[in-house]
Amino acid sequence: MTTRRTFLKTGTAALGAAVIGPRLLPAEPLQQQRPALYTDPATRELMMEALDAAKRAGAQWADVRISRNRSNSIQTRERQVTDVVDADTTGCGVRALVDGCWGFAATEELTKAGVGAAAQEAVAVAKANRVARDRRVVLAPAPAYKDVTWRSAYTIDPFTIPVEDKADLLLRANAEALKAPNVRFVNSGLAFVKEERNYANTDGSVITQDYVRSWVTLACTAVGSSDFATRGPEVVQPAGRGWEYVLEADIVTNARKWGEEASEKLKAKSVEIGRWDLILHPSQLFLTIHETIGHATELDRAMGYEANMAGTSFIAPPEKVLGSLKLGPEFMNVVGNRSERGALSTIGYDDDGVKPEDFPIIRNGVFVDYQTTREQAPWLEWWYSKQGVPVRSHGCSYAQSWADVQFQRMPNVSLQPGERDLSWDDLIAATDKGIAMIGRASYSIDQQRYNGQFGAQICYEVRNGKIVGQLRDVAYQMRSPEFWNSLDTLGGKSSYMLGGTFNDGKGEPGQSNAVSHGCPPARFRNVNVINTGRG
Amino acid sequence: MTFPKRLLGDEAHGVLAAPNGVLTREEAQRLIERTVKLSKADAIRVNVQSARESNVRFAANQMSTAGLSSTTTIRVQSVFGKRKASVVTNSRTDEGLRRAVAQSEALARLAPEDPEYLGELGPQQYVAVPAWFESTASLSAEERAKAALSALAPARAANDLTVAGFLVTTARATAIGNSAGLFAYHRGTDANYSLTARTNDGTGSGWAGAEENDWAKLDFEGVARRAIEKARASRNPAALEPGRYTVVLEPDATSDLIPLMAGALQARSAEEGRSAFAKGGGATKVGEKIVDERVTLRSDPADPLILATPFDNEGLPLGAQTWIERGVLKQLAYTRYWANKQGKTPTGGANSLRLEGGTESLDQIIASTQRGVLVTHCWYIRAVDQRTLVYTGLTRDGTFLIENGKIVRPIKNFRFNESPLFMLNNLDAIGRPVRTAGGDAMPAIRVRDFSFTSLSDAV
Repeated sequence: MTTRRTFLKTGTAALGAAVIGPRLLPAEPLQQQRPALYTDPATRELMMEALDAAKRAGAQWADVRISRNRSNSIQTRERQVTDVVDADTTGCGVRALVDGCWGFAATEELTKAGVGAAAQEAVAVAKANRVARDRRVVLAPAPAYKDVTWRSAYTIDPFTIPVEDKADLLLRANAEALKAPNVRFVNSGLAFVKEERNYANTDGSVITQDYVRSWVTLACTAVGSSDFATRGPEVVQPAGRGWEYVLEADIVTNARKWGEEASEKLKAKSVEIGRWDLILHPSQLFLTIHETIGHATELDRAMGYEANMAGTSFIAPPEKVLGSLKLGPEFMNVVGNRSERGALSTIGYDDDGVKPEDFPIIRNGVFVDYQTTREQAPWLEWWYSKQGVPVRSHGCSYAQSWADVQFQRMPNVSLQPGERDLSWDDLIAATDKGIAMIGRASYSIDQQRYNGQFGAQICYEVRNGKIVGQLRDVAYQMRSPEFWNSLDTLGGKSSYMLGGTFNDGKGEPGQSNAVSHGCPPARFRNVNVINTGRG
Repeated sequence: MTFPKRLLGDEAHGVLAAPNGVLTREEAQRLIERTVKLSKADAIRVNVQSARESNVRFAANQMSTAGLSSTTTIRVQSVFGKRKASVVTNSRTDEGLRRAVAQSEALARLAPEDPEYLGELGPQQYVAVPAWFESTASLSAEERAKAALSALAPARAANDLTVAGFLVTTARATAIGNSAGLFAYHRGTDANYSLTARTNDGTGSGWAGAEENDWAKLDFEGVARRAIEKARASRNPAALEPGRYTVVLEPDATSDLIPLMAGALQARSAEEGRSAFAKGGGATKVGEKIVDERVTLRSDPADPLILATPFDNEGLPLGAQTWIERGVLKQLAYTRYWANKQGKTPTGGANSLRLEGGTESLDQIIASTQRGVLVTHCWYIRAVDQRTLVYTGLTRDGTFLIENGKIVRPIKNFRFNESPLFMLNNLDAIGRPVRTAGGDAMPAIRVRDFSFTSLSDAV
C-alpha cells in the first residue's frame, strides 16, 4: 500500500494540496450575524398585483418572480488587472397557464403598471398558443409556502469585500505561478453571484431567498521552444459559498504548484493509446457524472422536450428503464438533491414554489427516478403509484434570471462514497497499470449521452501502485453504460468532495444553470484511451 | 430582506418612454448623454443594449414554453488615469443611472492601474448596416404559433413523427457613447427557426434551421419539409467503421467548424507563442500558405448575407477584413492595445465570417462525390488541442453515405477529432456561401481524410 508520505515523494509533490474543492461541511457552520430575511412589502405588493392581473386577464394559474441578480468579477493577467465588472439587474417575470398553455413575459419596469402589463402579455401569449395545443399542461399539486425564507451557506458576503483586496489576492497568486519554470502567462479571475429571489404563485406561496456563489479561476501557461502547456483554469471548484471559501482555497500557496505542473506537462510523455485502468479524481469525475448521468436523467430530455437542442437520452423511454436499467455495479448509488451544503444547485424552494427533497436516481446500480418539475411529475404517475408514493415534483424548476422562463434544470447529482473509507492514494496503490486524471479539461458527449470523450488537466501514469510521471494528450472515449459498469472501486467518505460548474447550458433560448456533483475518487477498468495530440 | 426599494421604479418618475420597445437612436443618445453628464471621472464610456426577444417552443408534438422579454443592459465604465471599472445596470431611472455611475467611480478609484488602457476613442465614422425589419420586430404571438403549427400539424397527422422546434425573433439596438464625444448606434432584427423531427421508432432524426434578418424571407415551411424528409431518410442507419473519410459538410456543418479558427487569429496570442498560428520567438505564420489555395476567409458586418453590428464594444469601426486569401494567412486580428504596441492598425475581432472560394451548390457537390459521408450539422464541439486547433464533437440529425453522386443510405453518427486547419488543407470542393442558421456566410465543402474516431449510438 502506498502511504501518503511515499506518494508525495514520487515527483508529484504538488498533488496533495493542488486540488481544492468543497469538502463536506460541518452540519452547523459558523454564521455571521446578518439581518433577518423577509419579503419586502413593496415587492410583495408588486407580486400580488402581477398575480391579480394575470387572473383578471384569464389565467387559471400563475406565478411571478421578482429578483435582484448581482454579479461581480475581476480578471487579471500576469501583473495587471484587465477588467472589473459589477452587475446589478432587477426585474419581474410572470408565467401564466391558460387552458393548458403556457405564456411568459418579463419586464424591468417594477411598477404596478409594468408588472400588470407583463402579466397581461403572458396571458395573451398563452391564449395565442391555444390554436396549436394538443395536450393540456397539468401541474402536480404542491403545498403553499406562505411567507417562508431561505438563505444559502455563506459566511462572508463577497460583495462586502473591497475590489483592491480581490485584486491583491489574484496578483499575488499570479506572481507565485510566474516563479515556476517556463511559466510565461497567468490568467486569473474571481466571479461572484448574489441573488435575492422573490416568488409568489396563485396557490398562495410567497417565498424569499438569498444565495451566493463563488468561483476562482487560474490558468498557468508554460511555453517551451515550440510548444505550450496549460494547467487550469478550473483549479478550484466553484461553490455555493462566500468569500470564506476563496480564502480557504489558498490560491497564493497553491499557484506555484499549479505552475510547476504546467511546466512539467511540457516534458510529459505522449500517451500510448489502448485500454487503461483509470483513477479519476473528483475534480475530473464530477463532469463525467454531470454529462452521463446528470443530463441523461432529466425527464424533459427523456420525453423529447429538448430534442431540438440539448438532445434526448439513452435512459428512455421511462416505461422501459425505470426500475430495470442496470447502470452500474451494485455498490453504485446516485442521489439528486438541492440540499448539499455549499453546492451550487442547493436552494430552499424551486421556481415552481416546491420545497425539494433528496431523491435516489440510481439505487444499487439500478435506475429508479428522473429529475422533475410540477409539470413533469404527472407524466410518471404510473411509476409513482406502483412504488406507493405520491405524485410530487422533485423541485428541479429553475430560471437563470427574472427575464427567463423556468424549466427543468439539474439538481446536485452526486455519486455516494463507498463503504470502505479508501483514499485517492489507496486507489493508486492498488493499481498495476493505470492513469490518474485530475481536473476537468476537454469534454464532449453526444445528444443521447452515449458516446463521451473526456480529458483532464493533469494525467499521471501509474505503474505498480506508484505514480511514475505525467502523461499528455490523454482522453478517454467511452460509451456511458459500459463505462459505469466498468466501475470497480469507490473512494470512501473522507475522500468525497464537490465539483461543479457555473455555466451549464440547456433550453431554448439557452439558459445557464450552476450545479455541483459530489463524488469520491473512483477507479474504472479497461477504458479506451485515445491520443489527442494529432487528430 | 435586503431588496433595495430604491431600485423599484416610481410610476411618475424618470422612466423613458416605450418601456417594451427597443430604444431609438434619439432615446439611446439621450440616455447616454444623461449618464455621461453624471460622471466625475477622467473618462466614461456607456454601452447600451436594448432588446425585445419573443419566442415559441414546441416538443413531443406539443406546445411547450412561449414568451417574451424586454431588457436593457447599461454598462458604465469609469476611468481615473489608468484605473478603470465597469458597472452594469438595467435601471434607466435617474436614480439607477446615478447609482451605476457612482459605483463604477468608487470601484475604479480602488482598482489597480491597467497599463493596457489606451483612453477612449473620439468620434468615428461607421457604415450603415440596414439590419432592421419591421416584419420581424412586430411579429405577433399568433403568427409565431401559426409557424409552429406548420410543423406540428403534419407531424400529428403522420403518426410516424415527433417534432421539436424553436422560433425566436429578436429586435435589438446597440449604442455606445463616451466622454470623448464618440456615439455609435445600430439596430437590427433577426428571426431564427430550427426544427428537429424524430421518427417514432427511435431510429431516425433530421434537423434543419434558418436565420434571416427579415421574417418575410424566412422559409419556415421549407425548414419543416427538410427536417421531416431527413428524419424519414435517416431511419435504421448502418454502422460504418470509424476512420478517415471524405466528408461533405452542409453549410450549417461548415458553420459549426470553420469559425473555430477565429480565436486563434488573435495576433497577440500568436506573437506570444501560444496559438496555432505561432512559429515561436514572436514570429507568426502571416504571409504563409496555410490552407488550400481556393480558400478565402473574410469578415464584414455589412456583408448582405450577415448584416451585423458595424462596431465593437469600444466603438471601434469594424470594416471588411480579409484573414485568409487564396490559402495565404494575410493578417491577424489586432486589438487597440496590441496594435498600438506593435505599430499596427486595430482590426477588431474575426467575427461575421464568410468562407468563399467556389460557386457550387450543396446538391452539385453531392452529385460530384464518388464516396463520402454527408454531415447535416455537428454537436458538442470542444477544443482538444489549441496547438493544432483539434476539436472533438459529433455528427447529428442526418448523417448519410454518398456513393456515385447519390445519397445511398443513412449511417450512424460519428465522433470526430479534427482541426479546421487540417480540413481546409484537405479541401476537395468548396461551394457558394449561404446564410446559415448560425448567422454567418458558409458554403458546403468536401474534405478528404476527415478523422472519425468512434461510432455513436445516439440518434
